[in-house]
Amino acid sequence: MAVRTGGRIRTIVLALLSLATAAPLIWMIGVSLMPKGAASAFPPPLWPGHPTLANYRELLFPHIDASGGATSYRIVPAIVNSTLLATLATVIGLGLTLPAGYAFAKLRFTGRARLLQAMLALAVIPTQVTLLPLFLMLKAAGLINTYAGVLVPGLAGIYGVLFVRQAALAIPDEMLDAARLDGASEWHILTRIVAPLLRPVVVTLALFTFLASWSDFLWPLIAITDQRLYTLPVALAAISREHGQDVELMMAGAVVTTLPVLILFVALQRSYFSGVLGGGIKG
Amino acid sequence: MTRRRSSEARAGLAFTIPVLFATLAFLVVPTVAGLLLSLTDFDIYALADLANLRLVGSGNYLALAHDPRFWHAVWNTLIFTGIGVPAAIGASLVTALLLDSATVGWKPVWRLLLFAPYVTTLVATALVWRYVLDTRSGLLNAALGVVGIAPVDWLGDPKTSIPATLIFIVWKAFGYNMLVFTAALATVSTDLREAARLDGAGPVARFRHVTLPAIGPALVLASVLSVANFLQVFAEPYVMTHGGPAQSTMTILYFMFDEGFTWWNLGTASAVAVILFVAILGITAVQARLARRLEWL
Repeated sequence: MAVRTGGRIRTIVLALLSLATAAPLIWMIGVSLMPKGAASAFPPPLWPGHPTLANYRELLFPHIDASGGATSYRIVPAIVNSTLLATLATVIGLGLTLPAGYAFAKLRFTGRARLLQAMLALAVIPTQVTLLPLFLMLKAAGLINTYAGVLVPGLAGIYGVLFVRQAALAIPDEMLDAARLDGASEWHILTRIVAPLLRPVVVTLALFTFLASWSDFLWPLIAITDQRLYTLPVALAAISREHGQDVELMMAGAVVTTLPVLILFVALQRSYFSGVLGGGIKG
Repeated sequence: MTRRRSSEARAGLAFTIPVLFATLAFLVVPTVAGLLLSLTDFDIYALADLANLRLVGSGNYLALAHDPRFWHAVWNTLIFTGIGVPAAIGASLVTALLLDSATVGWKPVWRLLLFAPYVTTLVATALVWRYVLDTRSGLLNAALGVVGIAPVDWLGDPKTSIPATLIFIVWKAFGYNMLVFTAALATVSTDLREAARLDGAGPVARFRHVTLPAIGPALVLASVLSVANFLQVFAEPYVMTHGGPAQSTMTILYFMFDEGFTWWNLGTASAVAVILFVAILGITAVQARLARRLEWL
């Protein structure tokens, strides 16, 4: 009996904590649906009395500004840029880290141990140290203000390699050797046997990479100066510097920026959690 | 047999070379270049014509040592880290322990809600929190008002601007370590816990001798990564307060960004980056040594 009340109290505490944690996100959606100025009332309303999509219309489509000219916040191109960049970062990133992580775990080749040690040692370098030289390198190569310039720093995927390796260590050698005896090529083994076995890890890593690229701020802020190539976070920060007082509009911008990744995460939460919690191999 | 071995070795190289090359080109080379850059007076004139570049040795470092703005940024970053790391790890640990109790219902729901902020886009939620923390119409002051606490000018007062920013940072980040701790807690065997309980160990003693040793390594890793993350705070003050009020949320990385990409003093900015790098390495080494002494590694 004592155990059951203890459990009930813990459940209530957790429920309250979860609600408090989710409150800012729910409020963000509520305010984005309010008419202009409604959110600045006191006490702050939690949900719009008459929900409206006006803020989204103003944000996404050209509109007439105060001086009477047509203007646009350029959010639609930013959505396209962010989506393309995050997709490219994920595909290229996995293409690099999945084979490498597997090779470091399972393939016997000269220098493997030493290279792995070097990768581990390099993991301590904070990427922030590389920003300024990278900027100069890319400027010299003419890659500032290009998609390639935004993608490049993310290609040094040490964590991805170590993450895949950790999971691939659990693959039984007999399985791989049997495939080799059957005459399967190493490429065939990677794509047909290893990749399906590592599916949860691949999903987790793909989601991780996509989210990281989608939400990245400092590097795109440095690597892009042309408004047409802005990613969503950079565009949003720029709009907030000019229209920061327009709470309802800014919340619509926040929803457009963060709701897609939240939905993606909720849809893939099971594979994500199993990957993070070490359910590395599909049993 | 040897032919199979050699094809395996070839594949091993073929599978790893692309990532090794990318790491060399985009991590190792820029890091070394950053060290060298910090010894030069690279500025807007050098950007226009490399002939204007001069070697200044330790000049940038000496100039920083005499720059009160730099020391102010260092001090702010230390406050961020000193309060932020215990607060973030404490929040992760408390929620993980709650989630770990066998008698709690609806676990997947709470886990999802508590973890959700971690996957949100930083710039977007920083804007949300700018309004949550608003003095007049913010959610936080409204909630405090219910309990009878007078409104606080969270982001407008230099005394509260760092704690206010930290509320947001902890809200956004605690879910990840919560998840890691939950995984570590799951490894504590029920038998061991029961045995401790039967031997008359109280909740505090059980936590110290049964739970803590099991999550020790995870705690060490979390604190190492948290320190590195808090020393690199940038986007949060950039979006929420622009480093203000009165420079109270100007951090080391923000200072580097300003110096490098607003004023184009890339030499000085590189010296800041190198100092930050060395600080992170040094603190990580101290943490690793402490952890070894506690036998957690």
